[in-house]
Amino acid sequence: MDWGAILVDGILATIGPLTAAYAISAIGLNLQFGYAGLLNFGHVAFMLVGAYGTAITVDLGGPLWLGVIVGILLSALLGLLLGFPTLRLRADYLAITTIAAAEAIRLIVRSSWAQPLTNGVFGIQGFADPFFNLNPFPPSKLYGIGSLVVTGRKLWVMLVGWALVALLTLLIRRIIKSPWGRVLKAIREDEDATTSLGKNVFSYKLQALMIGGAIAGIAGILLAVEQQNVTPNAYLPKITFILYVIVILGGAGTILGPIVGAVAFQFMFFTIDALMIEAQANIGWVGDLLSPAAAGQVKLVLVGVGMMVLMIFRPQGILGSREEALIDER
Amino acid sequence: MTPLASFAAGESIGGTLIQRLDDEKLPVEGATVTVSQDGNEIGAGESGADGKWEVPVPGAGIYQVRLETSTLPDGVALTDPEKEELPSVEVKSDQAKKVIFPLGEGSVSTVSTYERIGGLFISGLKLGAIIALSAVGLSLVFGVTGLVNFAHAEMVTLGAVSAYFFHASTLGPQWPLVIAAFPAVLIGAGFGWLQETTLWRPLRIRHTGLVAMMVVSIGLSFALRNLFLIVFGGQPRAYPDYAGQASIEILGISATPKNLITIAAALLVLAGVGLFLQRSRSGTAMRAVADDADLAESSGIDVNRIILITWTLAGGLAALGGVFFAANEVVQWDMGFKLLLLIFAAVVLGGLGTAYGAMVGGFIVGVAVEMSTLIFPIELKTAIGLLVLIVMLLIRPQGLFGTRERIG
Repeated sequence: MDWGAILVDGILATIGPLTAAYAISAIGLNLQFGYAGLLNFGHVAFMLVGAYGTAITVDLGGPLWLGVIVGILLSALLGLLLGFPTLRLRADYLAITTIAAAEAIRLIVRSSWAQPLTNGVFGIQGFADPFFNLNPFPPSKLYGIGSLVVTGRKLWVMLVGWALVALLTLLIRRIIKSPWGRVLKAIREDEDATTSLGKNVFSYKLQALMIGGAIAGIAGILLAVEQQNVTPNAYLPKITFILYVIVILGGAGTILGPIVGAVAFQFMFFTIDALMIEAQANIGWVGDLLSPAAAGQVKLVLVGVGMMVLMIFRPQGILGSREEALIDER
Repeated sequence: MTPLASFAAGESIGGTLIQRLDDEKLPVEGATVTVSQDGNEIGAGESGADGKWEVPVPGAGIYQVRLETSTLPDGVALTDPEKEELPSVEVKSDQAKKVIFPLGEGSVSTVSTYERIGGLFISGLKLGAIIALSAVGLSLVFGVTGLVNFAHAEMVTLGAVSAYFFHASTLGPQWPLVIAAFPAVLIGAGFGWLQETTLWRPLRIRHTGLVAMMVVSIGLSFALRNLFLIVFGGQPRAYPDYAGQASIEILGISATPKNLITIAAALLVLAGVGLFLQRSRSGTAMRAVADDADLAESSGIDVNRIILITWTLAGGLAALGGVFFAANEVVQWDMGFKLLLLIFAAVVLGGLGTAYGAMVGGFIVGVAVEMSTLIFPIELKTAIGLLVLIVMLLIRPQGLFGTRERIG
């Protein structure tokens, strides 16, 4: 096996547009789960709504910039719709509603009933040309060092993606350090105490859910633009779980956690996958036990196991401090 | 590897849907064909006016191609009704693979509105029975521990998959389904017991918070679901027993015997659960713990033992629900997860934590979802479940049978 090639591919996957999109989406989830203590188990739905909002707007003849705005607003609106009935209730109700809504929305989008708007299972393609027309790099030229190279097209997406990550991280830092952010953390620590200080807990939670949702919408739009493609099957529930592992791994309720988590997760995810495929092909008993397809699924089992183990043994993740990670003490 | 796999140009699966009558060939328009791989749907195509359809696929490989017979026009049917799915269609690199679904004359359906509504009502009761069986355990566990167990759906799948092993797997004993259901329920109950003793009780002793526990449970759910995918494979499989049952007619409504047996058996089991909760010592203790765990403990009830019994019971009931679900549909790695939305709708409708609420909620949701297909397209079934859930949370969040203080 060629360790060098695996490492190069792993690094490329780790710094690629997908990692940037995961980091952005994780920033949104971190605001909801890490800072506000909200259990949103349908985070992928916000990405779907953002991406489809953009694609449909362009498909109906609107410009791309308008599509991006529509996508972000619709993601925030989804937060309002899901949060309004549930955020006055116990934490479970938001979790139940969001996990149910994520699948239901995906099934609605792909149904023949919604086909006139969403094009059903085929999805919508080729809506992001204006974005690539802005690309200052020649799209097919290779950039990089040695064998670590990307095309000009990919470099452009990566640059925009990571710039967005930096921008949103600064934004979150600012709002968390503001009085608004302190109230949010206070709600996570002790809801009753915050209420007794005259804060409208429901309103703060709803705002956190909507802002986090809008940020996830941006991540969805970035992925859709990169692929020039939206299809319902790109928004499976597994993405939500991957994002939870990223947030907890990096450190829920920390500013840099989502970035650290996304990079660390993507590198591990890719390496484990490459190792499993190698083992399946070259180690006899592994090959007997697992089919090539099954070897590719082992990493997803590990995502679930990782979520449990981290939450039980290191809920503060890589960056978090024990005192801040009060999620596990309640 | 990336979730957004872009389609490589070239490979596709397609064909022409032609209905062969005695001496005529008529193209069939507007029928849907879906293509999937290892249980993940790749795409779907609709036949045009010339009967042609095509679905692009991401690359060479083995695919499952399924003709959605419900989308065929009236009077058109497969000449072999068993052949609606082609389980292994091999597509080579850059190949536009053609597949054939032989179509002939279907029995022209002349179903009256009464028969249609009656038929949907029976399927609704059947679905409701399955939801109710699966949901009671979730609600009971919530009642005694305060935990919404997101891995509950995987106990449903575990029951169905275990029964498949004992019933149909070449590695298993190949017992009849009725016999195979017993070890499946035992395995489900055993798994409930195992979860409580090795995972949830230690977490309670560590004083792990509720939010953290829910994250752990959804992690467990995701790990188990993908484990089923590895062990069982992505393809849906049906139990050989009772697969192609002929309908019988009652009061002018046609229903298959397995539908009716599912409803009757579920009602019996649920009545048994009710009797257990009302009459037995453990059942009474269970209700006491759900009401106030501290008070129950101080009046001499062994709370940990009651919680263990609840988990075991919940696992067994979920597994039984899974066996009935699979007997009426198919066994599939993510079948429980697909049912989860409806289970949640049922427990919220009835009131989270109330056993009787989950039973009643299950039947209401089942009937409502099936009946909704009278007005809405069949694909929106799950969305109707979500609608029930959200409307209920808006108007009466404690559910039909719940009390106010549980929710706040």
